[in-house]
Amino acid sequence: MLSTSTEFKANAHDAMANVGLQKALSRTRPQNPAKRAAAVAALPEFEELRDIGRDIKNHALAHLDFYLETWEANVLKSGGHVHWCSTADDARDAVLKICQAAGAKTVTKGKSMISEELAINDHLEKFGIEPIETDLGEYILQIRKEPPSHIIGPAFHLNREDWEESFRKVHTQLDPNRVFAERKDIQNEARILLREKFLVADVGITGANFLIAETGSSVIVTNEGNGDLTQTLPRVHIVLASIEKCVPTLEDATSLLRLLARSATGQDFSVYTTFSTGGRRPGDLDGPEEYHVVIVDNGRSAMIGSEFQDMLRCIRCAACMNHCPVYQTVGGHAYGWVYPGPMGSVLTPSLIGVDKAGHLPNASTFCGKCESVCPVKIPLPNMMRHWREREFERHLSPSAVRTNLAAWAWVARRPALYRLATKIAAKTLSLLAGKKGRFASLPFAGGWTAGRDLPAPEGDTFFARYARTQRAAK
Amino acid sequence: MTKEAILGAIRRGLRRGPLPDDQAMGLRARLETHPRHLIPARSRLPRPEQVLLFLQRLDKEFATYIRVGSPHDVPEAVADYVAAQNLPSEFVMAPHPELREIPWDSRPLLRIREDRASPTDLVSVQHGYVGIAETGTLMLPAAPDRPTTLNLLCDTEIVVLRASRVVGAYEEAWDLLRAERHDSVTGGFMPRNVMLVTGPSRSADIESTLELGAHGPRRLHVVLIDDDTQAL
Repeated sequence: MLSTSTEFKANAHDAMANVGLQKALSRTRPQNPAKRAAAVAALPEFEELRDIGRDIKNHALAHLDFYLETWEANVLKSGGHVHWCSTADDARDAVLKICQAAGAKTVTKGKSMISEELAINDHLEKFGIEPIETDLGEYILQIRKEPPSHIIGPAFHLNREDWEESFRKVHTQLDPNRVFAERKDIQNEARILLREKFLVADVGITGANFLIAETGSSVIVTNEGNGDLTQTLPRVHIVLASIEKCVPTLEDATSLLRLLARSATGQDFSVYTTFSTGGRRPGDLDGPEEYHVVIVDNGRSAMIGSEFQDMLRCIRCAACMNHCPVYQTVGGHAYGWVYPGPMGSVLTPSLIGVDKAGHLPNASTFCGKCESVCPVKIPLPNMMRHWREREFERHLSPSAVRTNLAAWAWVARRPALYRLATKIAAKTLSLLAGKKGRFASLPFAGGWTAGRDLPAPEGDTFFARYARTQRAAK
Repeated sequence: MTKEAILGAIRRGLRRGPLPDDQAMGLRARLETHPRHLIPARSRLPRPEQVLLFLQRLDKEFATYIRVGSPHDVPEAVADYVAAQNLPSEFVMAPHPELREIPWDSRPLLRIREDRASPTDLVSVQHGYVGIAETGTLMLPAAPDRPTTLNLLCDTEIVVLRASRVVGAYEEAWDLLRAERHDSVTGGFMPRNVMLVTGPSRSADIESTLELGAHGPRRLHVVLIDDDTQAL
């Protein structure tokens, strides 16, 4: 997928003026955190499980080479095939080759973020193979040629009128005067039409929430059942998975699954959690004959041993973006690539480069909410700070920012001067603001005051107050 | 080779070569003993309460259920259910020995076909392997006598489950599978596919609002046979 992350500022500006998106955000903004909070409150052990989840993923990453080799050996034992791919190009070609060998005309797909990352659909289409997204949200996005705006609710930004309009436009075989009285009618139309696609597809492609070394299994989690139809009905099942999905045992995956749905949708467990291990066994009446896993690095191995290794713990629940004040204001498309929100602000620069995605780690208030809800306790704000540092070191930040930061740093390294300067500035601003105590406009602060007033400093500086309380304590 | 390149890059990141034998042995032991982590207290209950928890959880997840005394009561329960739902009294059933032992003849109007599901089947009857009380989840491992399509293609799935097969936590279900199943292909225990099913299919993709009946069954109904005197 092509990135527009360099355009984050313009994207964000447009997003805030997008009436449909803002309507959708006003729906999810209170709803998602409330659902998670209720699920967490109903499981007293949740906090302890977060520590366990963090430790499981840390253990898996510290021995990832061993577990991947064990996993591969077990896939091969089950009759499955493993295709190792360093880059997105390798992975696209591997998928294409399997599809071509299967003589595939149509390919059904379960929702998979790595498939978005690799832009599999475009590649298959180029070679005359029709990919069909079957997750309801992904299906309408494919119709509308839009990327997902959220990693688990990819089309949350659309409203009913958008669904109806798109369905009428492409489902021309149906009565144009049909009525969509309820959401259910929209869903039902997709169910009926996609059922035909499931039945004729030659290959089914799914992602993987986990790979299990102990058994050589891949795991998918869905509510719709589309992922299961995708991987059960066609003759060939292809799993797309990135290397960090591998965990040691079923027990490890089970503990992480206790965290996943609760953090994601506030469900105790998703409707379908499915473990796939190889192809059809002798005597089986259904299931795919071939089972392939395309295992993709695409930049992850370079994160191991770096200050961004903890990001590889991510289980893609979307709690961080559901709780992020920035994401909840601008939505997912503004971030300009596959992974939005706080997890994307850390991951995207790792995968496509900080030169292309430097705005993203800056698009944070550092409020810390994302880290506080992360099921595997990824220190997201800290890692965004690392990216800001790298951006600065590589002279990628704008010159105005650099000059002002340098000036500030020069003063800050001289404590006496710093105290004097802040004292004078606070007093002056306080006097200038008068009784109102705030500014409607101020030189050099136009960006702030264009949207709201700037409160004037009140009373002493922080240093002065701190010194006073310290003295009082003695 | 790409595999070696990826593993090499991981090892460089970890600042070591391939794991030394003693460490690898430790990890192999962890795989073999597959230690459990914390199991939530919620499902640590006496048997009768555990089964009740399972049923309450089914209800919470929009599944329905009926408890019957013995396999002899199953045909009536199934016939009543399909009649109440206005469904045809015709279904596709898993060719499982436990389902075959049910005296279906007692309801001669029920028409039964043993097979995987075909696209035109409206109702399936599936064999429940294990019920997990923690979240009202059914474990349905694929087998020649438990086809996966029965869980997916029909509008209505009816699962026949024995109460003695209700456990508290997922980990107990995994251990049953480990103990009871042998896979002829791998020599291990995992079948091609294990589905953990929690309620009927649903989606919240349209306006973040939950609607049942996305791509899988619109209804999930459990017939629980009380074969466990400890659980009554």
